[in-house]
Amino acid sequence: MAPELVLNVVIAGLLTGLVYGLMALGLSVIFGVVRVVNFAHGEMMTIAMYAAVVLFAAYRLDPLLAVLPVAVAFFVFGYALQATLINPFITRPEHSQFMLLVAVALIMVNGLLMVFGPDARNVQVDYQLESFALGPLLFDKARVLAAATAVATSAALFAFFRLTLLGKAIRACADNHLGAQVVGLNVKRLYALTFGVGSACVAVAGCLMILLVDVTPVLGPAYTLLAFVIVIVGGLGSMPGALLGGVLIGVSEALAGLFIAPSAKSMFSFALLILVLLFRPQGLLGRRV
Amino acid sequence: MTPARRAGVALALLGAALVTLPAFAGSYLLSVATLILFFAYAGQAWNVMMGFAGQLSLGHSLYVGLGAYAAAGLYFHYGIGPWAGVWLALALCVAAGLVIGFLAFRFGISGVYFALLTIAFAEFTRIGFDHIQWLGGPGGLFIKVEQRVAWDLPNLRGTPAMFYYVILGLNAAALALCAWLLRSRAGYYWQAIREDEEAARALGIDTFRWKMLAIGVSSAMTALAGVFFAFYYNNLFPEQIFHISRSIEIILGPIIGGLGTLFGPILGAAVLTILADGITELMAWLGIEVPGIKQVFYGLCLLVVVIFRPHGIWPAIARRLGL
Repeated sequence: MAPELVLNVVIAGLLTGLVYGLMALGLSVIFGVVRVVNFAHGEMMTIAMYAAVVLFAAYRLDPLLAVLPVAVAFFVFGYALQATLINPFITRPEHSQFMLLVAVALIMVNGLLMVFGPDARNVQVDYQLESFALGPLLFDKARVLAAATAVATSAALFAFFRLTLLGKAIRACADNHLGAQVVGLNVKRLYALTFGVGSACVAVAGCLMILLVDVTPVLGPAYTLLAFVIVIVGGLGSMPGALLGGVLIGVSEALAGLFIAPSAKSMFSFALLILVLLFRPQGLLGRRV
Repeated sequence: MTPARRAGVALALLGAALVTLPAFAGSYLLSVATLILFFAYAGQAWNVMMGFAGQLSLGHSLYVGLGAYAAAGLYFHYGIGPWAGVWLALALCVAAGLVIGFLAFRFGISGVYFALLTIAFAEFTRIGFDHIQWLGGPGGLFIKVEQRVAWDLPNLRGTPAMFYYVILGLNAAALALCAWLLRSRAGYYWQAIREDEEAARALGIDTFRWKMLAIGVSSAMTALAGVFFAFYYNNLFPEQIFHISRSIEIILGPIIGGLGTLFGPILGAAVLTILADGITELMAWLGIEVPGIKQVFYGLCLLVVVIFRPHGIWPAIARRLGL
């Protein structure tokens, strides 16, 4: 097999992996702070993908620009979801939270099915088939733009959590729930904000992903599992870990698709997940609890 | 009457009703009852792990699928009936369960991480079976449907009523086994581990060993559900039987019914199956044919139960009935 081909596949996997990483970042942020595993994460991703499809069909809005309105809408939605449904569940056992989010996910998948039907949808932007060459390497323009936006969004998120007072307050909640309450932080509001921020992340990831793949309602559960695999591999609650995990999974999927069979690609992701859980349960970049 | 007496009488009445059901039920009602009993049994098996021992498995479809494929594969390729296949199914599922349990419990994986590990194994196996052409791959494995009149119990070929009695018998056995387990030494140790694993260990309970027993018993019970599934439906697809939605279907019953209770899995399976069928009937009656609308209603009902009945519906009913 030609080395250029392998290298090109690796590059495509890496760029897709950055978008995966952003999606997983949303899950990681939510789990790291609220300590609730968002089992409806992939479903939210598909809703964002459909939102981008609708905005493109109605207003010819480029998905790269649709990122902004969809992210704002998802922030509000995530905030409301946490404030109304999930906040009462944060003290309940894990299986109870799991059930709640499974029910939410079921409603989301089938709501999409009701509205859009089972057929695949996509967007046809002008630069869909454009690519540029760098020596023997080929770069897909849409993929590069999507990856760049994903990196920029992640950087903004890092800055938010590191530099702003609000971000620090949220991190305080994550570090010590009781301590945060003692110093007078409104933990429930901060949880809702965090869920909003995590939802906005997945909204951006969804708008970018629609540039790379077609969307159907049933993609939701698959993306949920993918996001889990990525955050566990990278380290649940670790933000750089989510990006690293995304890139690793993106590249491993691409290589498995090339060398073995496209249908077997997620088998390698799950094998990686099992290995990481056994030998480094805190994830590659996670802190040991 | 004492509560125990009342419970015994109620159970006897229910048992009598269920045993006589095929005499007057039509084929539709019988198929719904069989489906309810299938989920009640699988839920009972899962409940041993989560309800008794507190280990959240989200990958029980793995054992259903392995059990189903083991027995169906033997029958399909060598004509060896499930009377032998069931032992292979048991051996495979218990082995899989013990390997997963050993890895997870040795490495101290619990809670959400354990749940994700079980999903990972089930999904890994699902995609793996998609690539085993010998067992039909993604195209599915089909068992020949023959002679539906006489009962051929060792080969599990027969009328719908036979399948109904088989799964009813499995349920009765599972209920008895679980009732006994719950009052045995293992049951008390499991409940101690479920409530507080650290404390259980401090009391000198070998938590590793008892958790291994829980996953072993649960996977063995689920293996039988898989064998039943294979021969009742006569077709197997990795995409369906190993899928995470199958695992979720299995665990909804016990959680809605009442986690850790003996009757919760049965009641939960009945409520959910009747709800799903009722919604289908209602939509047909209203003439609404929108794909997905049934599941949206189903999801909303789940949401209501999870929010307002966090401990399931059976504990409240049991209190009301004075059981």
